[in-house]
Amino acid sequence: MSQSTSTMGNEKVVSSRRKFLKTAATIAGATIGYSWLKSSQVLLHAAEPKNESLPWYGIVIDIQKCIGCGNCAKACKNENDVPKEPFFFRTWIEQYTVKNDGSVDIVSPNGGIDGFEQRVPTEDIFKSFFVPKMCNHCSKSPCTQVCPVGATYESPEGVVLIDEKYCIGCRYCVQACPYGCRFIHPVKKVANKCTLCYHRLKKGLAPACMEVCPTGARMYGNLRDKNSEIVKFLKEHTTQVLRPHLNTGSKLYYNALSSEVR
Amino acid sequence: MEPHYQHLYDILAHSQGYIFPNEIDLQWGILIVVYPFITGLVAGAFILASLERVFKVKILKPTYQIALLTALSFLLVATMPLISHLSQPQRAYEIMITPHSSSAMAIFGFVYLWYLMVVLLLEIWFDYRHSMVVWANEKSGIMRWVYKILTLGVNDISPRTVKWDRKLGYIITVVGIPSAFILHGYVGFIFGSIKANPWWSTPLMPIIFLFSAMVSGISLVLLVYMIISYFRKQIIDLNVLDSIGKYLFFVLILDFTLEGLDQIQRIYEAGESFEILKLLVSSKLYLTLFVSQGLIGTIIPLVTLAFLQFYKHQIKVRKTMYFIIGILVLIGVYSMRWNVVIGGQLFSKSFAGFTSFKVGLIGLDGTLMAIFWLILPIGILAFLLWLLPPWKMVKEED
Repeated sequence: MSQSTSTMGNEKVVSSRRKFLKTAATIAGATIGYSWLKSSQVLLHAAEPKNESLPWYGIVIDIQKCIGCGNCAKACKNENDVPKEPFFFRTWIEQYTVKNDGSVDIVSPNGGIDGFEQRVPTEDIFKSFFVPKMCNHCSKSPCTQVCPVGATYESPEGVVLIDEKYCIGCRYCVQACPYGCRFIHPVKKVANKCTLCYHRLKKGLAPACMEVCPTGARMYGNLRDKNSEIVKFLKEHTTQVLRPHLNTGSKLYYNALSSEVR
Repeated sequence: MEPHYQHLYDILAHSQGYIFPNEIDLQWGILIVVYPFITGLVAGAFILASLERVFKVKILKPTYQIALLTALSFLLVATMPLISHLSQPQRAYEIMITPHSSSAMAIFGFVYLWYLMVVLLLEIWFDYRHSMVVWANEKSGIMRWVYKILTLGVNDISPRTVKWDRKLGYIITVVGIPSAFILHGYVGFIFGSIKANPWWSTPLMPIIFLFSAMVSGISLVLLVYMIISYFRKQIIDLNVLDSIGKYLFFVLILDFTLEGLDQIQRIYEAGESFEILKLLVSSKLYLTLFVSQGLIGTIIPLVTLAFLQFYKHQIKVRKTMYFIIGILVLIGVYSMRWNVVIGGQLFSKSFAGFTSFKVGLIGLDGTLMAIFWLILPIGILAFLLWLLPPWKMVKEED
């Protein structure tokens, strides 16, 4: 009797052990398979700094310093052969005017190139400020993610670029950019956007918009260099990216960004 | 000043509130409205055909081949509006050669080819092979050779081989149903996965596209069946209409519910884009959303179809009602495509203003071109019905 009980007991142990081993093997196999499939990244699309010797560029725009002169937008058009008509901009400036009644007036006539005139009567103004806009050079850029042929890509320095000889002009990237930073070049008939003046960066020069800014409201730099000016700035200021909830991995940080700005 | 810019200055003058300066011109015009409309017709028509085959709905038999040939006619044209809309159409092949793995759009070519080559063409071929062999023997001259080529040299019409045709055709239909779901669900995903656009970005988008596709495809087959019967001077089988009508009724209810849910969710959540979307539907999209899509394309057909479920008198009246419902539903689904594609681009991503859209008449992305891409499949269908007349097929006993 006792023997039979023990046998039964052994069988139970063996069968449950087998079950456990099976389960464990399945979980382990699935985990290994999954991690092999997904390698190291969770997101379907994300750029990462790979080459240690290269900088990983970020941008800071200090809203408190922008005076809305429009030099940046003008310089950008000249430098990058952007058509002068007011429908194509790699960078532009918006004027926000929050009124006393809480409503917000936003304007950007000709991208701010010709400067601004305040159209709201002074007594109605609660506060007013300028917001320069440009490509956010996102590390999880939605525009790069959606390009069907891979004509848009991130450079090893984290700059989002377009291969003009490769773009098929489907305009999906223009739809995917939440910041309105892309357009179809009316002459080249391909997508166009800010390159952070990559051709200048490669020569050690600052992007045209930053070169001409009279107040130094724009700054670029190597986010990986802990001693760089930009990293110091980010350390000392409370900055914010546009639309953080969209998780685009924006590398354009705004100082003194007001909640009205989108 | 170039004429293109003049057009943009006109739009700029009509914009309201604040829009990002790059947003004045709409990126996707009427051709991108036509594209999901056409693919929807394909998927819907195919699903109706599959119903007959897989679930053995005998009563729908007269519409089976019609539905398949309709699906093929529209599928052959489906890529054309897309390609003619590209700024660099000569580079379109890059999407097949070097597809970007993370892009929702990159998969299109493969989904399309799979559906065309593996599903539709094969199914139709297995379906018609026996008849084509017979026709090749009956005809003389060029037509004899045409049918001979179409059989691809497989001329065996022994009962065993014909049985295999049917078996393989059945398997393809079974594979075809999820393929049709994928084809159109995928078109919805192209829009639904754009997180930058709150009007598009919803996980319901592929499902909504799928059900509206079924609604439109079923309506189209209904119309094609009636029109073919008219031209062939055949009596329209009211049982067929009633049966298609019943499916249309149920799918339309589902479609309406899903789209309603989507909107209710938006309204109740009232996220950051709520104000601008509320303005959008109450002004720019009022006619196309509430009147054209809602009232004409959904409510009136739903009420009429419900009425037809128990109203069984006056055969002529019922036939006319079905015909009108078919047209109304197609108008409604076209409007739905318009509301999604155009509506999603009318408001600024700054959520602070609107641009405007005026569709041009001529040019590669004009109205005439869109009408051409919508009429061309009808011409192809007429040709296919002449080449492969379902009513002349070799009868096979079940």
